[in-house]
Amino acid sequence: MAELTLNAVGKTYSGGVKAVSGVDIQISDGEFIVLVGPSGCGKSTLLRMVAGLETVTDGEIHIGSRLVNQLDPAERDIAMVFQNYALYPHMTVRDNMAYGLKNRRTPKAEIETRVAEAARMLELGQYLDRKPRALSGGQRQRVAMGRAIVRQPAAFLFDEPLSNLDAKLRVSMRMEIRKLQQRLGTTSLYVTHDQLEAMTLADRLVVLNGGRVEQIGAPLEVYRKPASTFVAAFIGSPAMSLLDATVEGGRLMLEGHVLAEVDHKAGPVTLGLRAEDLRLVARGGVPMRVEYIEELGAHRVVHGMVGDQSLAVVDQGAEAPGDLIHIAADPARLHLFDAATGQRIDVRSRVGEFAR
Amino acid sequence: MQKIKPFDHLILILGTLFLCVPVLMALMSSTHTAVDIHSNGLFITPGSNGYATYEKVLTHRGGFTGDVTGLLMLKNSLIMGFGFAIGKIVLSMMAAYALVYFRFRFATVLFWMIFATLLLPLEVRIMPSYQVMSQLHLLNSYTGLIVPLLASATGTFFFRQFFKSVPDELLEAARIDGAGPWKFFIDVLVPLSKTMMAAIFIIMFIYGWNQYLWPLLMTTDESFYTLMRGIKSILQVWVGSQIPDYNEAFALAVLAMVPPVAVVVIFQRMFIKGLTESDK
Repeated sequence: MAELTLNAVGKTYSGGVKAVSGVDIQISDGEFIVLVGPSGCGKSTLLRMVAGLETVTDGEIHIGSRLVNQLDPAERDIAMVFQNYALYPHMTVRDNMAYGLKNRRTPKAEIETRVAEAARMLELGQYLDRKPRALSGGQRQRVAMGRAIVRQPAAFLFDEPLSNLDAKLRVSMRMEIRKLQQRLGTTSLYVTHDQLEAMTLADRLVVLNGGRVEQIGAPLEVYRKPASTFVAAFIGSPAMSLLDATVEGGRLMLEGHVLAEVDHKAGPVTLGLRAEDLRLVARGGVPMRVEYIEELGAHRVVHGMVGDQSLAVVDQGAEAPGDLIHIAADPARLHLFDAATGQRIDVRSRVGEFAR
Repeated sequence: MQKIKPFDHLILILGTLFLCVPVLMALMSSTHTAVDIHSNGLFITPGSNGYATYEKVLTHRGGFTGDVTGLLMLKNSLIMGFGFAIGKIVLSMMAAYALVYFRFRFATVLFWMIFATLLLPLEVRIMPSYQVMSQLHLLNSYTGLIVPLLASATGTFFFRQFFKSVPDELLEAARIDGAGPWKFFIDVLVPLSKTMMAAIFIIMFIYGWNQYLWPLLMTTDESFYTLMRGIKSILQVWVGSQIPDYNEAFALAVLAMVPPVAVVVIFQRMFIKGLTESDK
């Protein structure tokens, strides 16, 4: 077990393509870090650089106190769980788990105990003598985790381990992974493109975009204070609505309606509104034409148009497509972003709600 | 249920007969005496001379030196067959491993060069090969018989394609598990290639078993006679009123069929088993 330090880490492929650049992350011992971002954002590359499967072209990676840039994957004291499990198809579950230990000349008795322990933890006891092909997807994934656990490494690396599972299994495996990690207290780096998975698993999230870190923070912090429009749109479901608005004389105007008073210089801004932060009002507020409705049981998500910009609102009501509704927002829950750079603007909304 | 179509069956039956009758004829004729065959043609009924023929073929000392028995020829043929099959598998697996898993310059070009040699049959390079072997003093040796023909473009090609289909994650998992290149090859790739090896073994064993021209050139010593040459030499004695020992030739031919058939039967089972059970 160890902390993990990434220091200005970058990756430039021989063709000159920059996959990752300037990534600084400090991961303390036992922390569960999730790298999240859309496909092609460099999250897997970054993970594979930590694993030693990709060379590091810039910066330094430390595992514990060791600089590992030049070390072989096997010498880095890490274990990895792959998306397609990467179990050795010709070996039994037991041999799959034991293989890494055998190669490290761990004494036989020690291997036995560790494999038995991991099998017990993962409820794989009765499958130890089976080949991977005789197991279901979830069981295979557990074997892959067992293979990581028995090694007792400094860090676990997960590369989208749940992507090949069906939705229901994914939720339960997510819980298992989290519980297991908390029990073992092993530093973990987890890659996913699923923001829900990221939110539920992480101690801290690292949101990546185009090979750069957009934001690092606890899930709620990232959710409540997205650092940029990219993070705002990526984290949360339904996605945060981003609308063009303007500030005129300390008033935030959306499509000609005043939404709140803000302390910001006049000019265009990008306004971020979370569906659950909006509510319906009888009059005043911003009028919205209902387009369609997602019925989710516990609540419904109403999608509509404000002027020619789309917006989503969580609601319990009974409006139908075509209705005109009026919405208002809690000024404390508004997100403002620079219209040009997309960076968050931290402003205090001076007074309470305007559209009362 | 599907309707039985008599015409289809007729074609199938004819096809089967076309393939099987000559084999049956060879087997049956080998149990008659040479004179019988010479005067009456081929037989499809068993004769009474079978035991004597096979015993003579297997144990009779023939040739100029009077040392060559059927058993010796069988042994030589087996050495050729197994030597070729095993040698070619080992060599082409290692070559394919290098081509697929090691990043070196011109790997693709090299591969296509190897592949292009498929276009050249053995006969094209038989003289230079002979000269090399002769200068190395390897004429009349098993080494000389087997080694020059070991490099196999076919095998390298098959194994290369197979290795390319093995997911990269397996290699990565093995690297993280602390397996070096050699261990990965032995512990992961070789067991995974079992089906491929069985397939190549069948092809290469029969290729080696059926070698005729190369042994003819390479060996002058009769103790290196293979079954193929044995059959030929029996039929070559047509001098004066002497009747070739047709029955013996047939018996040798039948004997020559047994090991390849056995190899196919044994490995086919493995082959099919591997095909149906494997998932990478």
